[in-house]
Amino acid sequence: MKTAAASSSYAFRTTNNKEYESDDRHLMPNNEQTTEQQAKRGVRKGNAKLIWRFLKGSKYLFLGSILASAVSSLADMLDPQIIRAAIDNAIGGKPSEFPVWVNDLVDRIGGFAYLGQHLWIMAAAILAVALLRVAASYCSTVIGTKASETLVKTMRDTLFGHIERLPFSWHMKNHTGDIIQRCTSDVDRVRRFVAEQLTSVLRISVYLVLSLYFMFSMNTGLTLISIVPLPFILLYSVLFRKQMDAGFRDCDENEGKVSAMVQENLTGVRVVRAFGREKAETDRFEKQNEYYTSLWVKMGRLLGRFFSTQDFLSGVQILLVFVFGAVFAIHDRMTPGEYVAFISYNSMLIRPIRMLGRMISEMSKAGVSIGRIGYIMDAEEEKDREGAGEAPMDRDIHFEHITFAYENCPDILHDISFDIKAGTTLGILGGTGSGKSTLMLLLDRMYDLEPGCGTIRIGDTDIRDIRSDYLRDNISMVLQEPFLFSRTISENIGIASEGITLEEIRSAAQAACLDDTVTKFTQSYDTFVGERGVTLSGGQKQRAAIARALTKNAPIMIFDDSLSAVDTETDAKIRSALQERFGTATIILISHRITTLSKADRIIVLENGRITEQGTPDELKSNGGIYQRIYEIQSGVREGRHITAPGTGGKEVAR
Amino acid sequence: MNRKKKEEGLPFFGIPKMMPLIRRYRKTVWVIIWTNVISAVVDVARPIFQRYALNHYVGERTLDTLVWFITLFVVMIGVQAIVNYYCIKVLMASQLRMMRDMRNDAFRHLQELSFDYYNQNAVGYIHSRVMSDTEYIGDLFTWQINDTCVFLLYIVGAVGVMLSINPRLTLLILIILPVIALFYSLFTGRLFELHREVREINSKITGHFNEGITGAKTIKSLVIEKKIEEDFRAETTNMRSKAVESARQRGVFAAVTNMASSCALAIVLWKGGVIAAEEVGTFSLFMSYAQGLMEPVRWLIETLAIFVQGEVNIVRYTKLMETKPSVTDTPEVVEKYGDAFEPKRENWEPIRGDIEFRDVDFKYPDGDEYILEHFNLKIPFGTNVAIVGETGAGKSTLANLICRFYEPTRGQVLIDGKDARERSQLWLHSALGYVLQTPHLFSGTIRDNLLYANENATAEEIDRAIRLVSAENVIAKLEKGLDSDVGEGGDMLSTGEKQLISFARAILADPKIMVLDEATASVDTITEQKIQAAIDTVIRGRTSIVIAHRLSTIRNADIILVVDAGKIVEQGRHDDLIAKKGHYYKLWSRQYEDDAISAAWEENRATPAAEPVPAE
Repeated sequence: MKTAAASSSYAFRTTNNKEYESDDRHLMPNNEQTTEQQAKRGVRKGNAKLIWRFLKGSKYLFLGSILASAVSSLADMLDPQIIRAAIDNAIGGKPSEFPVWVNDLVDRIGGFAYLGQHLWIMAAAILAVALLRVAASYCSTVIGTKASETLVKTMRDTLFGHIERLPFSWHMKNHTGDIIQRCTSDVDRVRRFVAEQLTSVLRISVYLVLSLYFMFSMNTGLTLISIVPLPFILLYSVLFRKQMDAGFRDCDENEGKVSAMVQENLTGVRVVRAFGREKAETDRFEKQNEYYTSLWVKMGRLLGRFFSTQDFLSGVQILLVFVFGAVFAIHDRMTPGEYVAFISYNSMLIRPIRMLGRMISEMSKAGVSIGRIGYIMDAEEEKDREGAGEAPMDRDIHFEHITFAYENCPDILHDISFDIKAGTTLGILGGTGSGKSTLMLLLDRMYDLEPGCGTIRIGDTDIRDIRSDYLRDNISMVLQEPFLFSRTISENIGIASEGITLEEIRSAAQAACLDDTVTKFTQSYDTFVGERGVTLSGGQKQRAAIARALTKNAPIMIFDDSLSAVDTETDAKIRSALQERFGTATIILISHRITTLSKADRIIVLENGRITEQGTPDELKSNGGIYQRIYEIQSGVREGRHITAPGTGGKEVAR
Repeated sequence: MNRKKKEEGLPFFGIPKMMPLIRRYRKTVWVIIWTNVISAVVDVARPIFQRYALNHYVGERTLDTLVWFITLFVVMIGVQAIVNYYCIKVLMASQLRMMRDMRNDAFRHLQELSFDYYNQNAVGYIHSRVMSDTEYIGDLFTWQINDTCVFLLYIVGAVGVMLSINPRLTLLILIILPVIALFYSLFTGRLFELHREVREINSKITGHFNEGITGAKTIKSLVIEKKIEEDFRAETTNMRSKAVESARQRGVFAAVTNMASSCALAIVLWKGGVIAAEEVGTFSLFMSYAQGLMEPVRWLIETLAIFVQGEVNIVRYTKLMETKPSVTDTPEVVEKYGDAFEPKRENWEPIRGDIEFRDVDFKYPDGDEYILEHFNLKIPFGTNVAIVGETGAGKSTLANLICRFYEPTRGQVLIDGKDARERSQLWLHSALGYVLQTPHLFSGTIRDNLLYANENATAEEIDRAIRLVSAENVIAKLEKGLDSDVGEGGDMLSTGEKQLISFARAILADPKIMVLDEATASVDTITEQKIQAAIDTVIRGRTSIVIAHRLSTIRNADIILVVDAGKIVEQGRHDDLIAKKGHYYKLWSRQYEDDAISAAWEENRATPAAEPVPAE
């Protein structure tokens, strides 16, 4: 229970204001535009259904928390009644106007007069009520937090799992930053909506109903008078907040600008210095900073007006109760005890009304956020076709009449057919954009072929009839741009192999020529990769990715230009280690260099999505194609012939 | 790294350090104090009104002074409204102005700090010093100080009124205060600690999302969706339990406050109930005060805790401001040439563009190994120097020394025969052109970016610069031409286009000395040729230091320096170095091979598509 005096003036400065700041300033998403665009497109249908789905596991907690808070609200309502009984009946000696059961209870203790002589009993009642209230509100806080955190957890877990299972094409289409925004800010906003706004509105309603009930039960006339100003206070609050929202958005945008300017100056520090632009930069920054400051100063005036007007209005409402209460009391339509109790109840009304104003103005934002999350949840997860299962993977691989295009793009592969004999090594030579990586993504079923656009078979099985997890587990692919996780090196290497020992990790690292590098780090294999630890060079990353792929011992291995950042000697070492360890595996090597491919059993040359040459390295060496050309350049360099070549660069030689 | 080190504490939470800042806002402090006093008086007075209404009107059954009562009350809440308005206005304005001043100071200071600072501190780290520490500090010295005053004054006022009416009852109530104050002081720290942990886990979760999305291809191909998801769930579970723990803590706090209020109320009722028989108003006054005291006590202690927390922000901010630039101009130099903000251009000698390294030893301030030892090199005006070597071999050291981003540990770098330290940094930088490997454009229009090099460049000069680097097409295809926005970091342009614009920018500066870090990133052939031509144009007729990757640039250089593992291992002209068959030979061969192969591919693609070979 709060007294009017203590709460009115500083409540806004501490609680309200800070809450307000933290709510509005930090949660304004950076890409407000997208949010608005979405809002214009109309709120998605099925929002309620989605929320219902996320509420799984937290529904009853929310219910429990609301119930507990109802109990605590009820306890709040009891104090003024005890005081009223003390003032009017126990001390004042007036006849009781309480319901019969209350009188019976008091009589059993010894009557109001007895209580008047033993006030400690009433004090004890206050404490008993306090215990009830404290217990209930503690439960409500804890259960409520558990509920909202469970909600957030469910949302995040569901989203994360869903995103992991979305097809690769979806990932390519959507911006990382945008998705993350949806998974963080929007999730948080939905949590607020459910955990704070929705439940608060329920809680506040209970509170209002209870206090109005007690007020009406004591004095209908005064209650009516006291609630007259309330709708105005509410309306004022809602309207004003709409106006402030625009101001906050403006402030936010400009804070972003100031922040970006600092960022830009720091990242471009070399350019700033080299052009001697320190002064100009400082001037520019100070100007923007001044503007930003002026916006907040303006905002401060607005906020000041808002809170002081709101305080004034509440003050008037309190005055009404004071004055009319006194009038009622003099005309014997109200006892002193009722008067005191009434003032207490009245003070309980104002805060909830103010909060309600805030809730209402914020509710509209949540719909947009749910829609943005719905966009992710609506996307369809990767699915194997009916009857997909396992198949032996140590068989020949057949590519048959493959034609493929990315969405809204021209064909990248045209009617490509070739076979890879089990246990052999195939080299694919191709320039940038020739479609060689796409071919491998198709084999790994990152993309599925459209009907009528060819088939890929392993043995006799169409790969679309093989479960995607089984297929990928048996194809070890090292990507062109290796991605490492922000974990330790050993965790990174062993990430795909459950229960792998450190020896096995080391041996994979040795085969990938990484062991020497790693053991030089002070924390060796426990060294953290990425922001929190060492930054690996491109070549080191590639080798780590290779080591990771090796631990899988898969029957099919793909190296997609994964030795490009490694020097020629290491390249050769890694390849011979591969041969040794994986003599029986089917290996596909992709490169734009020939040295890497020279030991392959067969080579295909890919250009503009078509196979232009194929054969053994020896055959291709002398058939007059691009392979031969590159072969000659490389052997020329090895023999030192390039030094005497005319011109200044390789371009002339190539012609 | 700085960020890993535990920040050392300062006496009095570092507040004395911030005194100069606070002094600037002395007026604010007075406004805060006076508004708070008024506000507290009003707050304390409210229950007195209630008491009067009860004692006088209800107790004596008269309405004689009602007009006065209403007038006074309205005046009171009116005054409070005005005072509150001022208070919020002034506090907000002061907080923001403090932030503005601190940010301006920090920004200016950062313009003077040397590169070793930038190398040792991540951009994100410095950025938070400028943006968030200042915000916390501003909040601390406005809202938090204000809150402390409000709570203290209210407590003092309420206790005063109570004492004047009934000292015995008051003292009984006051017994509760120290007990809860002690409780709060003991546990507030843990509460804040939990908040911090929750925030940390939260940012980890964002990190997981980031990894799960950017690494989708890898995760799928390794079939580790389950593992990644499990790890994610472990983190969210951890998050939930930490958040619930923090809720428990908060719940206990609220419960204690609540219980304390009720105890106070119970005491009033028990020991003060008799008062109600004569003066209901006085009784209700005690009830109001007794219950209203506990929350302010709790908030007061929370505010104090915020001050303790804020220390770290002050420490970090002052540390930034107290960092001294390692490259500075001597007072004599500043006297003659001016500093970065107030240059005395009238005293500047024109620059010729001769550079000489004389017996230079150099090691980076955070390194242990000497990179240069007794290094001598003369670079007369118009010489083209190419620096070659593996990535990460330390090729930028010489460029850093010439730009005076670092100074030699021993020995001298001479510009036009005079030690660089005898002239101001701005003098040198005004005569330098600098093109980075990853060109850095500032947000704004293309014109803004070009004018960056030379504010007074005329339209003709801009045109000429653009033509010289053949960037006309880049401009032409943009809707607003030169006035098109390039986006943050120039993101609206491709890498190749950014390169060309940054060359044009360098030409506009018309520097005598050009420092250039060639890009390794591959661009399409046409852009590549344009860039190559632009480089030739840019370095013609100037002293140039090029960190080179292009064969033509290297081959045509007057001096080639070969860097390996941080040291200069070979030096000379192309033919001599080739004949040596050492490092340079290897580097050249590899570069040659790569160039030749990509050229072969390019050319092959340009010829009509060959007939597909039928599958066997």
